Amino acid sequence: MSIQVHEIYKSYGQVNALDNISFEVKSGELFGLIGPDGAGKTTLFRILTTLLLPDRGNARVAGYDVVRDLNAIRRHVGYMPGRFSLYQDLTVEENLEFFATIFGTTIAENYDLIKDIYVQIEPFKDRRAGKLSGGMKQKLALSCALIHRPKVLFLDEPTTGVDPVSRKEFWEMLKRLQEKDITILVSTPYMDEAALCDQIALMQDGKILEIDTPEAIVRHYPKPIYKVGAHDMYLLIETLKAYPHRHSVYPFGEYVHYTDTRMDFDSGELQTFLEAHNLSEIHIEETAPTIEDTFMELAKP
Amino acid sequence: MKRFTGFVLKEFRHIFRDRRSLFILFGMPVAQIMLFGFAITNEINNVDLAILDRSKDDTTKEIINKIAASEYFSIEQFLDSESEIAPVFRKGKVKAVLYFEPDFGKKLIQPGRAKIQVVTDATDPNVASTVSNYIASILQSYQQETRRVVEPEYQVVSEVRMLYNPELKSVYMFVPGVMTVILMLVSAMMTSISITREKEQGTMEILLVSPLKPLQVILGKVFPYVFLSITNAVVIVVLSIFVFGVPVNGSLFLLALESILFIVTSLALGILISTISATQQTAMMVSLMGLMLPVILLSGFIFPISSMPLPLQLISHIVPAKWFIVIVKGIMLKGVGFAYLWKETLILAGMTLFFIGLSAKKYKIRLE
Repeated sequence: MSIQVHEIYKSYGQVNALDNISFEVKSGELFGLIGPDGAGKTTLFRILTTLLLPDRGNARVAGYDVVRDLNAIRRHVGYMPGRFSLYQDLTVEENLEFFATIFGTTIAENYDLIKDIYVQIEPFKDRRAGKLSGGMKQKLALSCALIHRPKVLFLDEPTTGVDPVSRKEFWEMLKRLQEKDITILVSTPYMDEAALCDQIALMQDGKILEIDTPEAIVRHYPKPIYKVGAHDMYLLIETLKAYPHRHSVYPFGEYVHYTDTRMDFDSGELQTFLEAHNLSEIHIEETAPTIEDTFMELAKP
Repeated sequence: MKRFTGFVLKEFRHIFRDRRSLFILFGMPVAQIMLFGFAITNEINNVDLAILDRSKDDTTKEIINKIAASEYFSIEQFLDSESEIAPVFRKGKVKAVLYFEPDFGKKLIQPGRAKIQVVTDATDPNVASTVSNYIASILQSYQQETRRVVEPEYQVVSEVRMLYNPELKSVYMFVPGVMTVILMLVSAMMTSISITREKEQGTMEILLVSPLKPLQVILGKVFPYVFLSITNAVVIVVLSIFVFGVPVNGSLFLLALESILFIVTSLALGILISTISATQQTAMMVSLMGLMLPVILLSGFIFPISSMPLPLQLISHIVPAKWFIVIVKGIMLKGVGFAYLWKETLILAGMTLFFIGLSAKKYKIRLE
């Protein structure tokens, strides 16, 4: 086990940031913490990287206790905070060099590990970090977090504010790092990224709603789910919400994801209802649930 | 060690890439010493006077010439009647009016008493009292020269000697003060800002999650500023010797050692400030209000401590700058050695240890 979290509690005043959190991450696994802002992801990261003390409970990272073995953990983990946290007035190369030095290593020594990522920003190595684009900043931050060949890598919302192409590239890089036997704990508010993890934990309001593989989480979705389309999205949502048998109604791209309270749902009946409410171009079709659907279902009050 | 030098290298890069901090580091010392040396001074020169001479005899002419000849005063205008005195002050043209009574010369011989009234503009009390003192001494020397007055049989003669600064140059007093202010500013404010910048930009979070020990981080932060502050101290001393002719009567070596001690005190204060402030703004405000004001007001730099009310005098004892100014004045002006300054040195050293201990205790190895 690379990360073991056991019944962790943490509160800020009245707010329970983490409420009885337990999970385990196997060595070499890519584990995703999925949840909206304020779910407690950053607090959890900070506890695991020894930056905060838990109120209760214990956790081990790479075999070391997060409270007692502070110095050992700090030698063996790589951490990329949610906010871009490199020196903006230093160049790309100077930043990387600095982090190599403070971890007692050199760029050359671990170049093979960061090569795939670093070659993409190497042409700009004399540019100041503050002048990089969002995607390049993330690549540099990842390179800096990796330069000392950590056993466990903590990435707190690494793709927030990054363009879709860079996001995709970033996840491909994580997959390759995994092959080099680095355990990765990553958090993201993007549900589509969750499907790329080996295991995910869905988090909300400091609680873990469910932990499983992305496939299993989707498989466990309890109801048939329908995507509904019509000419007027807003009117469609309002009308569906007024339908007496509706269970859940969520906009999902150009469609609305709809579930019914009854097991013997009849799409013809819904169609008639919608037509009666001045909707046209109506399209109802059963669809496969996504992680987002699962999350919304679990997070339902 | 390699970690440490890597960290120091990074710090120097930060400093030399930030124009603002470079300006504070090297522009301020020169600007301040020039300002205090040339512009801000307690001495008076070429104060404008008006004369109302109701006597117009040889005696008054001699006195007026004597006053006009001194570099302290220049005679701006002659008045004709008493009613002109008030308007001339209101216009702000002159700082003082000399009023000779009618028959001044005659009265001086018979009955031996003649009166001059000195009217001064006391909106600036320092200037007013200095002006009246200077005029009084010019009149006294005039009397002694002419010997028109019979000296009384018994007389207390005060013979004044100004030690260490015979010409009463205010730059002598400002140099130690400015040196103190600059070293304090550079060391305390700049370090506290540079440490809080790491907190503000989130890089402290990464530094904490690294094998760097807190002590290494702090020493790495402080080291460049020790170096830069020493450079500044040298610049100030060189400027004051060669531009203002302030002597260094004591040992330069002792001055250097004491300056380094004070630099370390200020750095320790800077670290302490950084542990209690979360942002660069706060660090700067705390440094300015908490350090600069006491250094300027309560250290004896400008206002003599002995004339402060007792509570302020007591507070001044805990202002490190006060002790450093005593030391610098002692070495530069009085030329005394360590034998006379060991007490102040010991106090400074004690304060330094206290600040270092306190900040070590307050320094967080975690985020909260």
